[in-house]
Amino acid sequence: MIPMNHYLVVSTILFFVGIYGFIARKNMLAVLISIELVLNAVEINFSVFNRYLYPERLEGMFFSLFGIAISAAETAVAIAIIINVYRNVQNIDIRSIDKLKG
Amino acid sequence: MELSSNLLIFYLLAAFIVASAILAVASKRIMRAATYLLFVLVGTAGLYLMLNYHFLAAVQLSVYAGGILILFLFAIFLTNPKGDAAEPHDRRRVVMGIAASLCGAAVAGFIILKQFFLYPIPDTAIGDHEVSMKVIGTALMGTGKFQYLLPFEALSVLLLACIIGGILIARKS
Repeated sequence: MIPMNHYLVVSTILFFVGIYGFIARKNMLAVLISIELVLNAVEINFSVFNRYLYPERLEGMFFSLFGIAISAAETAVAIAIIINVYRNVQNIDIRSIDKLKG
Repeated sequence: MELSSNLLIFYLLAAFIVASAILAVASKRIMRAATYLLFVLVGTAGLYLMLNYHFLAAVQLSVYAGGILILFLFAIFLTNPKGDAAEPHDRRRVVMGIAASLCGAAVAGFIILKQFFLYPIPDTAIGDHEVSMKVIGTALMGTGKFQYLLPFEALSVLLLACIIGGILIARKS
């Protein structure tokens, strides 16, 4: 069996690559893609811990399942917001989102 | 022999996932970033298959790779009038991002590689048994202990709220 640490190392790298993208990218859609990477890493961790520590139970798998569904919902709302921002300021650069409608 | 081939497949998958993730955040064109995100998601489904969570891999492929990626592609097309223009990266942001993620990865990697469990991980239980669909279905639709009907219904309400919210936000006023 593959050691558990190997999975955890992969998901750690995925998580922090996502953090890097969250900080460094300027396009709002690219930031959203980075968030997806982070969520993916978390879901890998849930299922790995479930499989290795409590293989007779299913909690981690269902957490991953609900996490996938919630990230789908989050992405839908975020993309709606991004499209609305694009309609108002004509680009989706995060530096141009410094004005609120007052 | 089986063990080593398992490990080989795992390492191939891991290298694929990590390389695609790095390319996804490093590529300047947003369309390529979305494509590399698709590769990461497919590789993650492969990891779920290696963990014998077949249902989770199917959900990952259909929801993420099928649904969310299409959403991303539509959003890219809708918000990119002059084609897929490359955006230059901001040097200061890149340095800050690399510093932050390296610090975090160092701390987390140190903890992961140095930790040990006070009781041994059961090696024998994690064999080849996959979770049967009947078990998943009863756990998802039951109301007892360790069963998930209430979160399932709450999730359906959340998705409905998301649909309505998305329409309200993106509607032309």
